[in-house]
Amino acid sequence: MSRQGEATLSPLAALGRVSLGVVNEMGAMLIFLFHAFRLIFSSLGQFAKTVRQIYFIGVKSVIVIALIGLFTGMVMGMQLYFALSMFGADGFLGSGVALSMVRELAPVLTAIMVTGRAGSAMTAEIGVMRISEQIDALETMDINPMGYLVSPKLAASIVSMPLLTAFFNLIAIFGGWLTGVLLLGANAGVYWNRVQSSLDWDDVSGGFVKSLVFAVLVCTVCCFEGYFTHTRKGGVGPEGVSQSTTRAVVTSCVLILISDYVLTSLLW
Amino acid sequence: MPENSPDIVLRDLTIGYGGLAVVSGLNVRLPGGKISVVLGGSGCGKSTLLKHILRLHRPISGDILLGGHDMFSLQGKALHCLKQRIGVLFQDGALLGSLTLGENVALPLREHTRLRDRAVREIVRAKLGLVGLAEFASYYPNELSGGMRKRAGLARAMVMDPDILFCDEPTSGLDPINAAELDQLLLELSRRFSMTMVVVSHDLASMRVIADYVVVLGDGRSLFQGSVEELEKTEDAYLRRFLDRMAQERDEPRLTMPRLDPSMMKIDCSQHLAGTKAVD
Repeated sequence: MSRQGEATLSPLAALGRVSLGVVNEMGAMLIFLFHAFRLIFSSLGQFAKTVRQIYFIGVKSVIVIALIGLFTGMVMGMQLYFALSMFGADGFLGSGVALSMVRELAPVLTAIMVTGRAGSAMTAEIGVMRISEQIDALETMDINPMGYLVSPKLAASIVSMPLLTAFFNLIAIFGGWLTGVLLLGANAGVYWNRVQSSLDWDDVSGGFVKSLVFAVLVCTVCCFEGYFTHTRKGGVGPEGVSQSTTRAVVTSCVLILISDYVLTSLLW
Repeated sequence: MPENSPDIVLRDLTIGYGGLAVVSGLNVRLPGGKISVVLGGSGCGKSTLLKHILRLHRPISGDILLGGHDMFSLQGKALHCLKQRIGVLFQDGALLGSLTLGENVALPLREHTRLRDRAVREIVRAKLGLVGLAEFASYYPNELSGGMRKRAGLARAMVMDPDILFCDEPTSGLDPINAAELDQLLLELSRRFSMTMVVVSHDLASMRVIADYVVVLGDGRSLFQGSVEELEKTEDAYLRRFLDRMAQERDEPRLTMPRLDPSMMKIDCSQHLAGTKAVD
């Protein structure tokens, strides 16, 4: 092929390589998820490990979720009040806060916070275990590292994320009440009535479906990146672990937002 | 060969990563019930060989037989049984950082047996006592020295009473006293339990103390197989150089850098300072 022809095709070849790489990685992640899921119920001992992970992923995230939920609700209450009162529709403040939280913001922000707090820790923990031969040690002790390390985290994420999302919803709606009603003077009765009347079961269950999908996504991506730290370029040292952690957080956040759009389109 | 101290046979073994051979055509029989030391310079494939024997990587070609069983053809319960007859001491102990020493040592018992808590605690105390760490059961690995971590790793490797013990560079990074203590510990374990031990090392002093059988790797192949005495008498030029160099390093630790002339270390800044105003 002529040099001009090669120059024309090289960006296409690069695009093809990247696409194949992405598809390959997605396939590997799916297989990884399948194995992790299969081993959740492999032994009775998994229950105790899962409870420990629920404490780490769920309980230890409560304070940060409360803070983020409160301030997100307060900002939402304030902005919506100003916008709605321009049209004399400040009575719909409760509906606006509740629907935006339950359908969108609570699942997404909870997932992003869990990624930042627990997901990054999962990647770093598993990555360090990989480079310090702890995962090899588990294999030589005939302990399946996937079952020991990844499955309890997956189960704990699936349990914790919807609960944290529910908690976020409560705190955020309370935050909207604080600014909209207490600070800016909207009617409290109308606010709570609108919250109650505008939300139906589809909104709540849709939010929970999202949080379940995000839980699986975040846990799979973060554990996968840590588990295969050593296969990346320069992944055998601490720098490799830090790169894997960064990649895990960025990939998780991007996937959360993309899947949020897809799920919103499908659910409502 | 007694059933509880199996031979390890490597047959036409070629190992490496991603199809690239690190060691080729290896034919070795590591005798059961004895301590075999795999010796060689850095990067010669010692640890790679160990990882292949442990089934952490698949060889490019050839067979690995433990007590007559092919490691890579075993499946299910047979593999499970064979793996429980193996203990491994990794280079830095490879203790799980989130568990205490006691929990680390107890881990294989909790995963593979149905022993009661009290029995597990007693076994753990006995095994930690064997390596002189009985009082440190509640410590986390990062609270201990490198030597203590290695000994704890040894206790964990021994907790299922294995028939075969693999040690990856057990004395690396240890001071001479700790290294000698660990050598004595390995010797005592080998004598007391007549285990098959495979020690990967580049420590000649340690090899002279513990080895019954020596395999030297280098240049992508096996350079020597035999007893320590045979190795000491070898006329092979590469092996002689290797042995003499290591002995010299042991007797008179050498600087790896040539001495620097202090006058050369002073940076001459005069040309950079020329034209700038001096400030009092």
